[in-house]
Amino acid sequence: MVVSVQIAPPDFDRMFGALADATRRDLVRRAIEGEEGVAELASHYPMSFAAVQKHVAILARAGLVTKKRIGRRKVVRTNLEGLRVARRLLDEYEELWRGRIGRMAALVAENRKEPNR
Amino acid sequence: MTVTAVRKDPEGLTMTLDAEFDASPERVWQLWADPRQLERWWGPPTYPATVTAHDLRPGGRVEYHMTGPEGDQPHGYWEVLEVDAPRRLVFRDGFADADGRPNSDMPINDVRVAISDIGAGRTRMSIESIFPDAAAMEQLLAMGMEQGLTEAAGQIDAILAEDGVPTTTAR
Repeated sequence: MVVSVQIAPPDFDRMFGALADATRRDLVRRAIEGEEGVAELASHYPMSFAAVQKHVAILARAGLVTKKRIGRRKVVRTNLEGLRVARRLLDEYEELWRGRIGRMAALVAENRKEPNR
Repeated sequence: MTVTAVRKDPEGLTMTLDAEFDASPERVWQLWADPRQLERWWGPPTYPATVTAHDLRPGGRVEYHMTGPEGDQPHGYWEVLEVDAPRRLVFRDGFADADGRPNSDMPINDVRVAISDIGAGRTRMSIESIFPDAAAMEQLLAMGMEQGLTEAAGQIDAILAEDGVPTTTAR
């Protein structure tokens, strides 16, 4: 009704699942620059090229990174919009509860002023 | 500030929010245990809640509906799981059809409330909300439970800064 997510059908489970790994979160961070390919990204981690490639594939399937061809190279680039969606969901839920707690506090304060209630 | 800490864990699909009140645990408990008080804070001002059943015992149910500006009335219920007045309340919050029957097509989430005395006449209330899956969370939010939601900043730095450790943000 109010919350509109203008992104073509995001798969939230997949997205959150992909972010549930420290290496993948780190890959997402590095790929914001969008200048490195899988091999270059792999050099930052004490793991095999294949292992990093696998992580990148999981992120790509979740829509969190895309592979883009630049000349003869293929670089991995973070899809910022995808990440924002994941974050926004929790932010909105936080707002819901903040509103509730604000109303609770008002009720408690009101009650103090009317001790005979 | 009433809300003292928020921890959001996108991977665990959990949000925990701590709040402190200038009141006793018993007073804070009343906010949940008295249906007339509950309906004054559960729904946002544009969607006030009406509580039609309130059996706050394990296995009991709380039933409510909210009335929107267009006269629309989304119905909801709690399935009460644990009650330890005035300290602990655990319930499953779900949507229902107009007759109060749980609508299994709609999302549910579990809410754990912990209330504790922190001295000097103050009480801490911790709300832990757990979603069964991301789709349920997305669906619940899309239901328009909260009107006039602020457009969240969606700061990329925030999500990246988390790095797996649930962060504490105080606004």
